[in-house]
Amino acid sequence: MSTEVPSLRGKVAIVGVGQSTYYKRGAAPDPEFVLVLKAVLAACADAGLDPKDIDGFASFSNDRSSPSRLAAALGCKELRFSNLQWGGGGAGAAAAVANAAAAIAGGLAKRVVVHRGLTQGRFGRFGQGMGYGQPIDQARVTGDPALLVPHGLISPAHQHAFKVQRFMHETGVRQDALKAIALTSYHHAQKNPNAIMYGRPLNDETYESSRWVVEPFHLYDACQENDGAAALIVCAAHEARTLQAKPAYLLGAAAGAQYRASAPSFNVPDLASASFKPIVKDLFQMARLNPDDIDAVQSYENFTGGVVMSLVEHGFFKAEEANEFLKFENLIVEGGRLPLNTSGGNLAECYMHGLSLIIEGVRQVRGESVNQVRDLNTCLVSAGPLSPPVSSIILGSESTL
Amino acid sequence: VTQTSKYVLPEGLPVPVPDPDGLSTPFWEGLARNQLWIQRCHHCKTWQWGPEWICHECHSFDIRWEQVDPTGRVYAIQRVWHPAHVALKGIGPYLTVLVELPLAGGVRMVGNVIGDPMRDIAPGAALQGVFEHHLDANPPFSLLQWKVCEES
Repeated sequence: MSTEVPSLRGKVAIVGVGQSTYYKRGAAPDPEFVLVLKAVLAACADAGLDPKDIDGFASFSNDRSSPSRLAAALGCKELRFSNLQWGGGGAGAAAAVANAAAAIAGGLAKRVVVHRGLTQGRFGRFGQGMGYGQPIDQARVTGDPALLVPHGLISPAHQHAFKVQRFMHETGVRQDALKAIALTSYHHAQKNPNAIMYGRPLNDETYESSRWVVEPFHLYDACQENDGAAALIVCAAHEARTLQAKPAYLLGAAAGAQYRASAPSFNVPDLASASFKPIVKDLFQMARLNPDDIDAVQSYENFTGGVVMSLVEHGFFKAEEANEFLKFENLIVEGGRLPLNTSGGNLAECYMHGLSLIIEGVRQVRGESVNQVRDLNTCLVSAGPLSPPVSSIILGSESTL
Repeated sequence: VTQTSKYVLPEGLPVPVPDPDGLSTPFWEGLARNQLWIQRCHHCKTWQWGPEWICHECHSFDIRWEQVDPTGRVYAIQRVWHPAHVALKGIGPYLTVLVELPLAGGVRMVGNVIGDPMRDIAPGAALQGVFEHHLDANPPFSLLQWKVCEES
């Protein structure tokens, strides 16, 4: 009997990426399903695959474009894998890739699309509701929300502020660390014509004078609300080598949360956590890498405080080093120690619920980013801090296999 | 201590009602009587909040309710500025607090801090519960709010 630890390392690759035009909330001229179709077609064209040969779809959060409808609309010859990662909202973005990878490695499907579509104009806004876009317009609440909403604890900003506030209280991490993350995303977006904040740079003064959403989050610590869609295609490594795009191999993947992470009313014992602590060991073990081996990071910004906690929990530095490490010059692609959110991320490129960050990870591995990290071979992408279950993947070039 | 005339947050937020399956009913009925009732496993004595059908420690379904003196301390606190609901527009910042209840095994519950929202209140600060009765709501309900002890 084999004693080999089960692993996805090097077994699959992302072979195509696609995105719709990214819009401000409410500005998309197309219905959400059309945006998703356009993103899927773009990903197929990028890969050089016939959309009819896609045999699986994986998504996350409350995505409304079901695999059944997509497969029918696209005339897919057969649908073999139909998957939605439960819970966590955008924290499921990397898990959706992992689920697609596991299906392929396990022989359940051959070519799986990972997709996400959002039209926050037509459907609920994330900034005004519980549970990722479900609007609070009802007169009554029950269940766990009844313990929160009457106290004005409603939106994701409120949900996450307790964890970040407690983390900052326990560790002494200061507001300047959060600011550096916001400045970095906006800096990178200035070279990305697809970024919503292209041509709209952010400086210290604008950040500091911006209004509070909820302390410790200024306006610029919070992600955007956007319309658009993104998609990517996962297939087996041996097929990836026959396709036109340079494969971004999956080296490691992990998803999950700490003990009782979603206990009601914030009764998780380790509240001051982004929820990555238990999964990071699995992630790096599968990838056979250490944090020092990672050349760039795409770290999901729902709020900048969650990025601080994600980076600490992934082992890039200790909490007590965060104020020192999290400086603008350390995070930018021009000579930074740890280039971060190189497309502009959720803050300044587009909030496509984390999938746009994975696409940027693929671009980095291919060498095609507008903010290309020199000699990059590995890129870590983490999804949805503070919103368990969370997930992370590590992508690598052929040379890492 | 009972407060009936003024609410920390304005009226118009969704009205909390007990779960249709009855899980949370003892909590809401208790608040209406100026009492705080929290779940406790009858088998292993583990405290539990919010309400659940099973004990997360020993898996007993024999979960009962115990009355607890409404005193606590700040575990985490947030000053909210942006109104995420139409009823909150124009009211300015308010303090939402995660209160740890040392008398109930350290379980935590969410409330608001009464008084000036611009005060800096640190984790660990002692809090006293204040029952806030919304008798004109449909249906009427009660909340447990908090004031900082030094101010009493």
